[in-house]
Amino acid sequence: MKFGVVRFPGSCDEVDALGAAALAGEAVILWHAERDLHGVDAVVVPGGFSYGDYLRAGAIARFAPVMEEVAEFARGGGLVLGICNGFQVLCEAGLLPGALLPNLSLRFICRQVLLDVVEHDTPFTCAWEPGRTLSIPVKHTTGRFYAPAPELARLKAGGQVILRYASGTNPNGSLEDIAGVCNEERNVFGLMPHPEHAVDPLTGSTDGLLIFESLRAHVDERAYV
Amino acid sequence: MAPSNARLMRARVLVRPKQGILDPQGQTVERALKALGFDGVRNVSVGRLIELELEDPTALPEMCNRLLANPLIEDWEIE
Repeated sequence: MKFGVVRFPGSCDEVDALGAAALAGEAVILWHAERDLHGVDAVVVPGGFSYGDYLRAGAIARFAPVMEEVAEFARGGGLVLGICNGFQVLCEAGLLPGALLPNLSLRFICRQVLLDVVEHDTPFTCAWEPGRTLSIPVKHTTGRFYAPAPELARLKAGGQVILRYASGTNPNGSLEDIAGVCNEERNVFGLMPHPEHAVDPLTGSTDGLLIFESLRAHVDERAYV
Repeated sequence: MAPSNARLMRARVLVRPKQGILDPQGQTVERALKALGFDGVRNVSVGRLIELELEDPTALPEMCNRLLANPLIEDWEIE
């Protein structure tokens, strides 16, 4: 299992993502200006402030050379995980539905959140026990998930809402407490919380590992089919 | 880019939040105006102004839809 973690100018969570992925498999950095995905099984688009968040978060990064390859990889069924700014980039790129708007409080939020896993039948959540909530941190200013009403209805009907903030704990005003969504084909997943910051008991929770372990389990299983 | 003698046009692109999407920035500005004693202010909305000079103004709509605005959440207007 080989992970590739994209590094844009302004990324800041790619080192933690690399470390988290390395606990589940091999992990390499993918430079934004290169088109080579180095034969990875999954791409992680990490958090941070790619291109300074100029214009809109993720708006410039989606046109980086590496993103053309990531889009091609995703269209061919490749596994892509977008975390925080990575989620914003994937929405801007049209690889994920919806958009992320400024938090209702207009403040930067940095705190541990509880998440309900809504869908277990995805490559990103298959290792999670049903009913178990996750404790991982959020840290963002632009994390309010939005999709127009017909799109939102489609997402729910299609089982594309993967994570919700636990009832009563929505930190940013996201529609229907949505914290993470996937594409129709279920190979591209984006979430605002940071699983890569919750992989060591030192930081209070290792729940974030489950995403990386789910991906490994999914890829290993695929290899034997 | 090579220097060009083509005439440059000046354009302004106004980008604003789509109607119906909660705009906390606009609401905050509206409350601040009220606090300053400016009564009777409604529907404050905060957007972005992008000024540019360009040779071919017919390219502007595509620029807006692909980069300058996110059509899912923003409306744009060219001046």
